[in-house]
Amino acid sequence: MAKKTLNIVESAYRAVMEEQDDTILWVLAAMHSAGADHTVVLRANAVNYAVAGQAAPALAVGEWRQTQPPRMDRDLTDLMEKRSIPVFVIAEDLSDRGIASSELIPGVRLLPRAALPALCAEYAVVSHW
Amino acid sequence: MASYLLIESRDPFDSNDVQFTTELATGLAQAGNTVTVLLVQNGVLPARAGAKADGLVALLNAGVTVLADDFSLVERGIAPARLRPGVTPAPIDVVLDHMAAGHKTLWH
Amino acid sequence: MSQKTLTFALMDPPYESANLTTAFRLLTAAAERGYNLNVFAYEGASALAFARQAAHPNPVHGKNLAEENHPTTREQVAALLACAEKNGGKVDWVNCGMCVDERGVNEFVPGTRRGSPADLHAFTEASDNILVIPTK
Repeated sequence: MAKKTLNIVESAYRAVMEEQDDTILWVLAAMHSAGADHTVVLRANAVNYAVAGQAAPALAVGEWRQTQPPRMDRDLTDLMEKRSIPVFVIAEDLSDRGIASSELIPGVRLLPRAALPALCAEYAVVSHW
Repeated sequence: MASYLLIESRDPFDSNDVQFTTELATGLAQAGNTVTVLLVQNGVLPARAGAKADGLVALLNAGVTVLADDFSLVERGIAPARLRPGVTPAPIDVVLDHMAAGHKTLWH
Repeated sequence: MSQKTLTFALMDPPYESANLTTAFRLLTAAAERGYNLNVFAYEGASALAFARQAAHPNPVHGKNLAEENHPTTREQVAALLACAEKNGGKVDWVNCGMCVDERGVNEFVPGTRRGSPADLHAFTEASDNILVIPTK
């Protein structure tokens, strides 16, 4: 049985255009396919990944065209729906950025900052990315 | 007096050093220079109306023109209507306009 | 209006930073204006034009190689050179020689070349303006 792992993700929009996804969420999904038991907490700027309706424009350089630009809201939905990975977002980090909970994709759960220590206690492994 | 374009790619939630751009831009403006700050990448995150953005408010109060890269806004799902008043969306071409005009252009 | 010459210094390695997406957008917009461009690819950016970069499929997305159509910066460099040429501009793309040696990325996209910091100095002197996009 895999170790229950809580992944607190801070990094956001770093290489999403070049990789067509977020490298942290990607590796968590790939590890899940290999049997890992993951939960994700989005904090800091990564809370913006939960905003519905993101659509990065495709990059174009001369005649070269990107055809699969990233969709971070879709990737989060895939984590929750296809892989049953729970996704939390830190509530205060949303409000600091002027993001209302009504702007989020369905399925993400709000987590007050003060509740994070108790959540950590439920997991065998806690990682910060 | 000179014209400056300061490109801010960082955001105050992740980096205390955005204060560098705020201080430099307001100082340049107070000295009589024409100053524009272009927010790019995660630098646009404080531009949402309602966000904690003391530095952005200071820039606007100092008479600095504040632009936000349109691509970065769309990428993060920030519609123009959600921007703080005073922040204007702009295409990346604005950087070339400044550079071609010989304005001093810095990236932070 | 006379043809402008702009210099850009890049430092980030491919596939790790949003800076490069913005950089390529800037370079493309300049190429579409017919500007002459000098690029000094320093530190990690010296791998942008590495000719052996290869796209990959994406099993997490459930897409094969063709469906994922993964970008490579070598393609973007080549497309930039073609775009500039089409619009009457020139690109002098210099890969820092010591940087490529350190990283073993000494095979370049055609049309780019090996160089040194002396090239960045010469670029600065000969350009209408320069923008350094530093790594962090």
